[in-house]
Amino acid sequence: MNPPGSRLVRLALNQASVLLFALVFAGFGVLAPRFLTLVNFSHILLQSAPTLIVAVGLTFVLLTGGVDLSVGAIMFVGAALTGRVVLGGAGPLAGLALMLLAGAMVGLGNGILVTRCRLLPFVVTLAVLSIGRGFGLWLTETRAINLPPEFLQFGAARVAGVPVPVLLALGVLTLAALILAQTAFGRQLYAVGHNAEAARRAGINSRRILLVAYTLCGLCAGLGGFVSLSQLGAVSPKFGENYEFKGIAAAVLGGTSLYGGRGRIFPGAFLGATLIQAVENGLVILNTDPYLYPLITSAIIFLAVLVDTTRARLLASRNRRVILIPTAQPE
Amino acid sequence: MIEFQGVAKSYDGIRALGPISFALRPGTILGLIGENGAGKSTLMNLLAATVQPDAGQMLLGGQRYAPREPGAALNQGVALIHQELNLFPNLSIAENLFLTRFPRHWCPPFIQRHALQAEARELLAEVGLDLDPGTLVEQLSPGESQLVEIARALGAAPRLILFDEATTSLGTREAERLFQLVEKLRQQGISMIYVSHTLADVRRLCDDLVVLRDGLVVGQGPVAEFSLPRMISLMVGRQLDQLYPTRTGEPQTDLVLEVRGISQPGVMRNISFQLRRGEILGLAGLLGAGRSELARVLFGLERPSSGEIRLDGIPLPPGQVRQRIQRGMAFLTEDRRTDGLCLNASLTDNLGLVVLPQYASGNTGRIDRTSLQGAITTVREAVRLSAKAADRQPARTLSGGNQQKVVLGKWLLARPRVLILDEPTRGIDVGAKFEIYRLIQAVADQGAGVLLISSEMEELLGLCDRILVLSRGEITDTLARDEFDQSRILRSALAHTLTA
Repeated sequence: MNPPGSRLVRLALNQASVLLFALVFAGFGVLAPRFLTLVNFSHILLQSAPTLIVAVGLTFVLLTGGVDLSVGAIMFVGAALTGRVVLGGAGPLAGLALMLLAGAMVGLGNGILVTRCRLLPFVVTLAVLSIGRGFGLWLTETRAINLPPEFLQFGAARVAGVPVPVLLALGVLTLAALILAQTAFGRQLYAVGHNAEAARRAGINSRRILLVAYTLCGLCAGLGGFVSLSQLGAVSPKFGENYEFKGIAAAVLGGTSLYGGRGRIFPGAFLGATLIQAVENGLVILNTDPYLYPLITSAIIFLAVLVDTTRARLLASRNRRVILIPTAQPE
Repeated sequence: MIEFQGVAKSYDGIRALGPISFALRPGTILGLIGENGAGKSTLMNLLAATVQPDAGQMLLGGQRYAPREPGAALNQGVALIHQELNLFPNLSIAENLFLTRFPRHWCPPFIQRHALQAEARELLAEVGLDLDPGTLVEQLSPGESQLVEIARALGAAPRLILFDEATTSLGTREAERLFQLVEKLRQQGISMIYVSHTLADVRRLCDDLVVLRDGLVVGQGPVAEFSLPRMISLMVGRQLDQLYPTRTGEPQTDLVLEVRGISQPGVMRNISFQLRRGEILGLAGLLGAGRSELARVLFGLERPSSGEIRLDGIPLPPGQVRQRIQRGMAFLTEDRRTDGLCLNASLTDNLGLVVLPQYASGNTGRIDRTSLQGAITTVREAVRLSAKAADRQPARTLSGGNQQKVVLGKWLLARPRVLILDEPTRGIDVGAKFEIYRLIQAVADQGAGVLLISSEMEELLGLCDRILVLSRGEITDTLARDEFDQSRILRSALAHTLTA
């Protein structure tokens, strides 16, 4: 029924993340042969671990049709709290527990404000972003806190030759993919994201689903923060900055729709997060002017969002209501 | 099976239903008919608990039935097959069927995919669908989706199934399949309420009939007691006792709008008509006949695939709203709150919205506030906007009638040559209605052509010089004023369904 051209367009739209991924890797590969080495790939993967974890959490929220801008602030608050207790003598595991707890609590708070007070997710999490940043600065007195070497050892540790941050990220990714694809909660999340009112009519407890989604997002932000902390070894006042942007961009690059209801962890969010890191990495190898980094990364992200919108419009036009009776009944 | 005792429901103080009382016998099918806005959908929504009644109570199998939310209604065995499909196209058939009750492993609580597939296949077999349960719902045809929705209802072991215009999106063969299924369910002892505009289907399927008009039961009994003409006369019912302003002017001879062979795939086919200056042309039809879609095409909000529209003899390029407005076209949309008003902007700002460019200085773009305000004050008086409404008052806070006067006033300021009105009096009280009728006539008397879409038959009969009837995207009848006949209009509106 559709001309073959439109099918090709649709395929390209649906596989946009893979296409972009291949394009970026091929492009940098041609410009800088050093980019296409195994060592560099593992570098990219290691550097993208925190973004990956944060992007996984954001995928849950984006699937509901909402957004969480507070993830970077959650990372910072958790790190600042950890910095304080570690200076008091606590170890990395206590820090991990604290960051997870802080993340989950803030996420739950977001969820409550969105579901109970019916505030727009954008507004709620933007406010929490600001509050979290301020709170973190107050906790750290805007000074950098250097953490003891145990933290860096954690970040540099390897199990069977694979760095622990990468293992953690892959673990979170797998778990999230399983939850989304294999559990009732996961499938209901997609339903709520597609049409919350229809989900309510179908007997789904939409509020509970949203609450869990925001809590999971906060939890992931806490974990992502811990991984980042173990790689940096210090809490600076800029810790966690821009992660909301990177995380959302990674999820959207991976094909998660900002309108909700569409998107996956594999390969979506995984490709998205590594793609962002790969671009930065490639620009470094090419010795590009560092002031150009944000310009180029943003251009790629803009492209992805454009594709997402086009796809949504194409789908909408395909689903237009049919009024006419077909002239000939197909036999 | 289900019994209504004095159930009533109002929206924003306007009564939508009741109080009504009637009962449905177990294991039978009750047909529910009535004009648009007679309260059928409200009744269904009450049963499915998407809205709550204001008064009265419902009994299900002798027990008090008062579900607070749709999930509770479903648990008590009441399933609604909605007018618009309520499936999730981004999920598979099986997932849609078992969304709230997936078969699960104990630990980890993953979905048992094999059991899910098998159980879904069983449900699909019950509705006679031979599809892989793993198929995404977005790949299904409307008919298949409808059957999946019924399968979902069956999965909840229902005692009562509600069909709300279940055949609107179906072709003849798909509808036939649905009827066989309904018959099969009746033999299994499931009670059903069947809402439809397709009276022939109602006669064929149902045991009993309830006719609603203006939210009240105006006829009930075994379906055999109702002939098609009786059904129609009960639905239309009332005499034209409502007052319409006396018409002073009459249509002129010269054309203002000419529509030739407009088609849009799947929506409308070969629509042609002419509108003269000073004429009020009515557009009748059922919900979903494509009337609003046609208005959107005329106003350039959608592009037709073929056909031509001429204003004053000069063709209008497709999809150019701004140019249409400049050449004197105006469109009062069906939903004034979302499409007609800037709700948070003031009354004055809303009134001035369309003509703003005319009051901007050619050189600097600065708006001449004084003359704009003068024009706005004049039109305020012309539409007789309530004196209590302050100029700075946000449009959101006005009553429905005053809101509609603001929208109308906004277009009157632009002195339209063609005015398209889509359900201009919906949800408006009688007094304000009269004012709006008066304004519509005044516009026509000043030489504009008016195209009036309305689901209220008497409104069309009372106001129009000529009526076009649209049925499923095609014009099926044209009536001059001396041919006006409610039954004929309703028959033509049902043209594509009476024979089905």
